[in-house]
Amino acid sequence: MKILVPVKRVVDYNVKVRVKSDQTGVELSGVKMAMNPFDEIAVEEAVRLKEKGVVTEIIAVSVGITASQETIRTALAMGADRGILVETEASPEPLAVAKILKALADREQPGLIILGKQAIDDDMNATGQMLAALLGWPQGTFASKVDIEDGTATVKREVDGGLETVALTMPAIITADLRLNEPRYASLPNIMKARKKPIDVVKPADLGVDPAPRLSTLKVVEPPKRQAGKKVKSVAELVDKLRNEAKVI
Amino acid sequence: MQVYSAPLRDMRFVLHELHDSAGHLEAIGRTDLNGELIDSILEEAAKFAQEVLLPINMSGDEEGCRYENGVVRTPRGFKEAYDMFRENGWGALSSPAEFGGQDLPEILSKMVEEMQCSANLSFGLYPGLTHGAVLAMLDHASEELKARYLPKMIDGTWSGTMNLTEAHCGTDLGLLRTRAVPQADGSYRLTGTKIFISAGEHDLTENIIHLVLARLPDAPKGVKGISLFVVPKFLPTDDGRPGQRNGVTCAGIEHKMGLKGSATCQLVFEDATGWLVGEVNKGLTGMFTMMNAERLSVGIQGLGVAETAYQSAAAYAKDRLQGRSLAGAKYPEKAADPIIVHPDVRRSLMTIRAYVEGCRALAGWVAKALDLETKATDPELRQQSEDFVALMTPVVKALFTDLSFEMSSMAVQIYGGHGYIRDHGIEQLVRDARITMIYEGANGIQALDLVGRKLPSHMGRLMRGFFHPVQQFIEDNASDPNVLPLAKAFGALQQATAHIAQAGMKDPEEAGAAATDYLRLLGLVALGYMWARTAKIANEKLPAANGDAGFYKAKLSTAQFFNDRLLPQAGALWGAIKAGKASMMALEDAAF
Repeated sequence: MKILVPVKRVVDYNVKVRVKSDQTGVELSGVKMAMNPFDEIAVEEAVRLKEKGVVTEIIAVSVGITASQETIRTALAMGADRGILVETEASPEPLAVAKILKALADREQPGLIILGKQAIDDDMNATGQMLAALLGWPQGTFASKVDIEDGTATVKREVDGGLETVALTMPAIITADLRLNEPRYASLPNIMKARKKPIDVVKPADLGVDPAPRLSTLKVVEPPKRQAGKKVKSVAELVDKLRNEAKVI
Repeated sequence: MQVYSAPLRDMRFVLHELHDSAGHLEAIGRTDLNGELIDSILEEAAKFAQEVLLPINMSGDEEGCRYENGVVRTPRGFKEAYDMFRENGWGALSSPAEFGGQDLPEILSKMVEEMQCSANLSFGLYPGLTHGAVLAMLDHASEELKARYLPKMIDGTWSGTMNLTEAHCGTDLGLLRTRAVPQADGSYRLTGTKIFISAGEHDLTENIIHLVLARLPDAPKGVKGISLFVVPKFLPTDDGRPGQRNGVTCAGIEHKMGLKGSATCQLVFEDATGWLVGEVNKGLTGMFTMMNAERLSVGIQGLGVAETAYQSAAAYAKDRLQGRSLAGAKYPEKAADPIIVHPDVRRSLMTIRAYVEGCRALAGWVAKALDLETKATDPELRQQSEDFVALMTPVVKALFTDLSFEMSSMAVQIYGGHGYIRDHGIEQLVRDARITMIYEGANGIQALDLVGRKLPSHMGRLMRGFFHPVQQFIEDNASDPNVLPLAKAFGALQQATAHIAQAGMKDPEEAGAAATDYLRLLGLVALGYMWARTAKIANEKLPAANGDAGFYKAKLSTAQFFNDRLLPQAGALWGAIKAGKASMMALEDAAF
């Protein structure tokens, strides 16, 4: 069985993001970029499935600028077998990415697609769900445990009230939550080997998808600075402020 | 808390921008590698250092190593971290492919070493010593010994040590007494006691391979009668497993000021089986291969610790609210200003930063020569590089480690009382850094090596290999006012060199009296040269730097600080050197 793992290049989670001075977005130039941490978990799960003999080939896919190849290389160093870069200058939205992934799924015929539940840059939490709808495949989102047996993926999902277990008939979509696994460190020999693994480069147009954004960003601003607290003299004053100033009671 | 995030941007600057990694890879015939690959290795090494090694640095210091009945237990977490280190192949980084290594260049491997030392110096010692032992065996051991030991040492299954010191002989190896008696089967039986053996016994690997200096029964006295042997803890079976226990035991570990996660052992050899490495009575040559490599690595250790001291102190200075700026409140919304507003705190931070970044640049230059001395296609370049490594080895060792102690102490000062107590792990850095000034040849010995051996060597050829590029750079940039301080310091160095050559020739004590100051002077000029070149690049790149502008601006400011505040020490050092030995030697011994 083939498995497809989409990986996104995002600002490294350690970086404190800054808004561009013209308020059109966040500053990316000279900023450390890395693989979206949830995607790292997805890659790790794929590699573990391969180590268990469930999966035969792992294909890492990224949609983005040329530099996204580095993100694919990271996946290859962790254990993916080959990569596909869908190269585009535009910053594609979840629907465009889902359409691109659908086209690739049609071409590659994977038995499973594992994605991060969301990317830490825009926090959309949508690509996996949209892809499932486009493909007409079952989905198990926010996975914290995955078992594959006899054409069925049993996925433990992290929902608000606790854990929910669903059984998906494959092919299926799974999106990885934080507790699914702990991604490994790439070993030095695997980093070296990753350089020799193939990365296919295609354009969205080759897949019949127009990646142009459907949404326009009006303005990006930093969250307002936290105001200093106020000291109150009595409980009565506190209640008064909560009621009339903060308007929370 | 100890704060460390690998300075990847600065490392990339040193590698690619300052030292032209692309040209370098070509010069050593490694066009199969490229900058991208090097960067991805640095990134993964950084993750490993930050996430695996750093979290067990303070706990390793608190807990230390434990000794019981000949067995040494490393602190909690060390074994798991070592297993991961081994499985991920980090020990094989620069070792030859023939024995399973990755054969990657030193310019990369020295940076990976730096990260490991920043995150956990004690841990770094174990693979560090193995690497040194591998180098000595590569150069001097028979093919049979290499085939038997090197693959397992390079992949980290077995570790290595170096056994020189005995209770009565540290610096003066001529006094050593451990005896090796030849056997009919070509092996030797070793008997004696070694002390201060780092990683001599531990629970990280299934076998420990000791490289031991000893004397044959008929050996001449002094250093010309010392041979080198490989003595495994367990005698390897023919299929490469650790077999019968050899006659070497650990009689105890030292209780030390710092570096507590590293086991410093007393080893007793009783009829231990060993095999000769290299030729009889020429053991010091083999050991010095290892010593020279280790000396550079110890310099890198110093740099690594100082980097963590800087990052921790900088984080604390931005966080600690206390008093107000002398120029009026700078953060009026806060109860007090963070202490980073104060000129004196900044003096300390800038000093650490300027030294640390300067040392990293200099380490890159020396690492480049390390690659070139064996791998350059041009034989002349090989010779020049060998000269340069020989000259700079004592400088890197002593300068970086002296600075490491000074800089980590400065970091404690920024923390104040919170640096002196143990909770933040800052005093640990001072204690850990302190040993680097002592082991692998105390820094006073390094200075003597520079002045007594390297300076006069080949009629000053080694020195000229350093003087020429600096002089050339100064001449080529004569119109740049930022190069003036370097020119001035270089002038002091030239005068001091001439003075030592003259006075030292007549009276070796004069050379000895000048040595330590001279090494610092040469080191300052080397750092000044690195900063001048750095500033030149930063100036060129700044206009088109966009998002990276902050990096280059910081480089320019730090270079300026180095020129304004640190490089002028060159004049004072020259003054001290010029004064000669008289006042140093005046008192009778009894008056002390």
